[in-house]
Amino acid sequence: MVKYIVKRILLAIVTIWAVATLTFFLMNLVPGGPFLSEKAISPQATAALEAKYGLDKPMYQRYLTYMTDALHGDFGDSLKQRGRTVMSIIAMKFPVSARVGGISVLVALILGIPLGSIAALKRGKAADSVISVIATCGIAVPSFVICTVLMYFFGVKLGLLPTMGLQSAKHYIMPVIALSFYPTAYIMRLMRSSMLDVLGQDYMRTARAKGLAGGKILFKHALRNAILPVVTYVGPMLAYTITGSFVVEKIFVIPGLGGEFITAINGRDYTLIMGTTIFLATLVIVMNVVVDIVYKIVDPRIKLK
Amino acid sequence: MSEYLVDIKNEKLSFFTPAGEVKALNDVSIHLREGEVLGIVGESGSGKSVTAYSLMGLTAHPGKLIGGELNFNGHQVENMTEKEMRQIRGNEISIIFQDPMTSLNPVYTIGNQITEVIRLHTDKTKQEAKARARELLELVGINEPERRLKQYPHELSGGMRQRVMIAIALACEPKLLIADEPTTALDVTIQAQILELMMELKDKLGMAIIMITHDLGVVASMCERIAVMYAGRIVEYGTADDIFYHPKHQYTKGLIRSIPRLDTKEHERLIPIEGTPVDLLNPPAGCPFAPRCDAAMQICLREMPPVTTFDRVHYTQCWLNQKEEMEKGASHE
Ligand SMILES: Nc1ncnc2c1ncn2[C@@H]1O[C@H](COP(=O)(O)OP(=O)(O)OP(=O)(O)O)[C@@H](O)[C@H]1O
Ligand code: SF4
Ligand SMILES: [Mg+2]
Repeated sequence: MVKYIVKRILLAIVTIWAVATLTFFLMNLVPGGPFLSEKAISPQATAALEAKYGLDKPMYQRYLTYMTDALHGDFGDSLKQRGRTVMSIIAMKFPVSARVGGISVLVALILGIPLGSIAALKRGKAADSVISVIATCGIAVPSFVICTVLMYFFGVKLGLLPTMGLQSAKHYIMPVIALSFYPTAYIMRLMRSSMLDVLGQDYMRTARAKGLAGGKILFKHALRNAILPVVTYVGPMLAYTITGSFVVEKIFVIPGLGGEFITAINGRDYTLIMGTTIFLATLVIVMNVVVDIVYKIVDPRIKLK
Repeated sequence: MSEYLVDIKNEKLSFFTPAGEVKALNDVSIHLREGEVLGIVGESGSGKSVTAYSLMGLTAHPGKLIGGELNFNGHQVENMTEKEMRQIRGNEISIIFQDPMTSLNPVYTIGNQITEVIRLHTDKTKQEAKARARELLELVGINEPERRLKQYPHELSGGMRQRVMIAIALACEPKLLIADEPTTALDVTIQAQILELMMELKDKLGMAIIMITHDLGVVASMCERIAVMYAGRIVEYGTADDIFYHPKHQYTKGLIRSIPRLDTKEHERLIPIEGTPVDLLNPPAGCPFAPRCDAAMQICLREMPPVTTFDRVHYTQCWLNQKEEMEKGASHE
């Protein structure tokens, strides 16, 4: 276990470093810069700004400076939002995205696991067909379409739900539906196929031969085995979802990290891009470790290596 | 109550598949007294497992019992509800399966899986159930039972797991133990150990056993009664002596010829009976073995052979036997 943790930490450091390096150079190779688009600024002022933030230096030198600072926990100031550090922006925006995203993942699990199991148990029957159609739609329809449709019907036509912001519980309904649509569909499909697999296993026959009741067989013997693929999927999915979706945050005007990240990319806010990327990478890695540990708890055959 | 523990009369069972009705069991009759051992032999697909599972009410979808009576220990299984069946499964009637590697749930400990069935059918407390589980592991010859209880199936060998399956099956001291090819998946030396264990436990606990197998050697050493199945029928039924020394049905004779003798080597083991098993979707009108039978006659193709009885126990379903017996009867007069 100790060996495993040490190994994962070392691996995490290497991975984050690689992600950061790749992002740094790709980002700088893309034409444009943080101060080029602002017409009001004179060439002299631009030059002065670039000098202030060190953008006039050669790329490798800037890379070294950034990495040294980052190692000391200093991710710099935002180039576009004057007076704010990258850290403070993430600290402000992440909780917003995390709340909407976290609720969405919870909804996806609460709906996806039972519905997928029901589809498997009722294989070939009407319930299975209905669930499969929903799952296919959920996977195929892009989120901006879902957002737009929701917005049009519930927001505009029926006027039932507020269309922007997150002031009340009601405000969460549409963004959560939009965000949880895809993962719900995906979990349903995963759950259906793994449940079908488990239902055909010999140990299920053993459980029936013992005289156990259907519910006990399902909840004790089937579910724990069938849920394993979902555990694997949920880790990374959770990391992506709680860091916010650009589309959903833009459409429903949610001040989250997802929107912030895309704005940073468009504006070439180099430090914010780097900071957010490293944050996301770290989150994904942490989630994967959590998945490994949960997997080990659910399935004793797994050895952590 | 019948004099038999198991009394299956004219069981007919079909699987209603999209391709049509698969007539898996046709007029199967089996009876067995308390403490007796019955062997069911026959090639793959002959209906051995289906017979056994139906007695436990575990017929797989889309199988349906369409005729006959299944009496077990005073119960009429064919009329019992699922809820009533659950009370006897794992309790009065137990089963062990072919593949011990996959028959235990990989995510629960051995102890959990044994105590589960004890707690289900008795009102023992957790502690008592655990003590009983420990006792059972000792009974089936597993060392360090205390430690084993905490282990997971993947930490045990195949033979060990089959012992655990036996422990689970015997946990509530059933009247009948069904063993569906319990040793097929195991090494030869382990096979012998498991069979020996089963016989030992039978003597100790006095349950009846239905032993399903491909292996005639196994039934020869264990079973008092043997049923030879072919295409969902019992084509010959008798004592071990009848089947091995006086086989009458052409299929049984073929099976006996295919037994490896002591002096044969592993690779030349079986002289299989030529031909392929009959298609149960479109069974022939006559004897299902006719296409593979050297002695087939005209009538064999047209009509189902009747039962020919030789003595109180021994019978076959074969036209040739019927003809011979009639000639014998005629010459006696
Ligand atoms: N679930 C099912 N659906 C359709 N047909 C089935 C099903 N289960 C069994 N059968 C049919 O029943 C027949 C008997 O099967 P069974 O499993 O009893 O054979 P067996 O004698 O136990 O063979 P084996 O030695 O391979 O275990 C098979 O030929 C098969 O066609
Ligand atoms: S009934 Fe005819 S075909 Fe069938 S086993 Fe007897 S002799 Fe052979
Ligand atoms: Mg079988």
